[in-house]
Amino acid sequence: MAEDSMIRLVDVTKAFPGSANPAVDKLSLGVGHGEFVTLVGPSGCGKTTTLKMINRIIEPTSGSIIIDGRDALASPAHELRRSIGYVIQQIGLFPHRTIAQNIATVPMLLGWEQSRIDDRVDELVETVGLEAEMLTRYPAELSGGQQQRVGVARALAADPPILLMDEPFGAVDPIVRKHLQQEFHDLQERLGKTVVFVTHDVDEAIFLGSRMAVLNVGGILEQYDRPETILANPANRFVESFLGGERGLKRLGLLPVTEAELKWGPFVDISTSPAGGRQTLEEHGVDWLGLLDGDRLLGWVDGSLLGAGPLADLEPRPFLVTLSSESSLRTALDAVVTGHARVAVVVDDGVYRGMLDLDLIAGEVTE
Amino acid sequence: MIVAQQIMPLFDWDWIGRNLDTIWARTVEHLALTGVALAVGMVISILLAALALWKPKTYAPITSVTGLLYTIPSLAVFALVAPFVGIGNTTEKFITAEMALIAYTLLILIRNIVTGIRNVPPGVREAAVGMGYRDADRLRRIEFPLALPVIMAGVRIATVTVVGLVTVTSLLGLGGLGFFILDGLRRSIIFPTEIIVGVVLSVVLAAALDLSLLVLGRAMTPWTRRGSI
Repeated sequence: MAEDSMIRLVDVTKAFPGSANPAVDKLSLGVGHGEFVTLVGPSGCGKTTTLKMINRIIEPTSGSIIIDGRDALASPAHELRRSIGYVIQQIGLFPHRTIAQNIATVPMLLGWEQSRIDDRVDELVETVGLEAEMLTRYPAELSGGQQQRVGVARALAADPPILLMDEPFGAVDPIVRKHLQQEFHDLQERLGKTVVFVTHDVDEAIFLGSRMAVLNVGGILEQYDRPETILANPANRFVESFLGGERGLKRLGLLPVTEAELKWGPFVDISTSPAGGRQTLEEHGVDWLGLLDGDRLLGWVDGSLLGAGPLADLEPRPFLVTLSSESSLRTALDAVVTGHARVAVVVDDGVYRGMLDLDLIAGEVTE
Repeated sequence: MIVAQQIMPLFDWDWIGRNLDTIWARTVEHLALTGVALAVGMVISILLAALALWKPKTYAPITSVTGLLYTIPSLAVFALVAPFVGIGNTTEKFITAEMALIAYTLLILIRNIVTGIRNVPPGVREAAVGMGYRDADRLRRIEFPLALPVIMAGVRIATVTVVGLVTVTSLLGLGGLGFFILDGLRRSIIFPTEIIVGVVLSVVLAAALDLSLLVLGRAMTPWTRRGSI
């Protein structure tokens, strides 16, 4: 891995006393500045052990860990930890402290002035989407999802360049989890933190990671790459089986529709003559016609309704589902298979961009 | 006249009125003996509990020894300690009495401190470590406050136990409310008023201290009563 890695593990080994095989065996791994790396693998793969060695909750048996160019094992562990955000599945908020005090934990340890702490807490409450009136409450008065937001705010409090997260969304219910994942994904894009994120949930790893490290039992690194690359080309049978079924679909979920070359399809301006409209129908071999007013999408009309009058006299029906340029190919596929016209229409703020059909999407899967 | 001497009223309110000063003084003595025993017991217990938490192997021997102390009858403890410390003057008597009283607080206090701290949720402890607390700070600022409900429960039991035992220390001539019980029994004709005053006041004192500690404990742990969703 490049020298400018934010976190670099070199031949890191952890052997717990009394167990025959090391939990992590000579693992080398680099995490770049601002990267979101997910560590994923079955239980016993050493993903949590690896994470906890980075902030020295677990001390490595051998090997070296370099953080931002400095030997992590050289300075006192508590100083290292204050410069690394840490979020765990049990959340671990301090029950005897208010939400504000919980968030202020590391700034307090660092000896910030109270006014600076107060400002920072107010800022963070907004960042993670909590309400200010929660600040005076105790953790037990918050729901699981709210507590984990506080956990994230607490980890971000002293603005550390690195966040370590150990299955942070594992204990909340699936709907809230999905929500937190999306929120955190957006948050990380805004803040540009370097994140190492442990999960046993492949879909979570695929969704969140800019790169994912697939670990096998004993801390063996099987593959380390962008999720879309791993999904397209699993390195071996282990990775393939760990990724599970629907690999193609999962990959489509990561790619935006703009990845495909959009077709224009049977779409014409309302100023087109009825004859021109019928010609478009024939060319595309369809029984419906999309209508545009300039670059704006009006809707579609049934081909059999095309008479002698101008197209502008017809009443276009709206497309039930439209996508934006940011939608994933997976959503496009869903629109194709559920829609009447068997196409997915891409519209940004009313402006027609193009459409996708099954052939086009299938081409992306096999690419 | 003889008849008048032999018939003692069951309860003589006038005696209380005549002896208010003594009753107050004995109550204060009782409180002082209790307070010193608890304070010193708490200090020793915190140190031994810290040792037990730091070196877990020491916990079993610590509880065995303090458990043994707890089973020795109070009178026997005085008899055991007295030859070494002496009961010649008030200071010696005081030390003898306090050593016995302190011995009775240790098992309860140590066990509750250790249990309370060990029961701190692992996630909370791990978060504290991960945030960069040093061991001593984590113990003082996170684990100790969270263990307070269990520790205060131990303090209340120890307090009630000691208030009862202080009554026995009056045998050494140290005063306290036990004085009234002894004095009432020692008279040529038993004087029930004095005995009742001694017994009732020790019970009231124990109950009052217990209640005060309950209120104090709740005031120190406001988070335990805030609702959970």
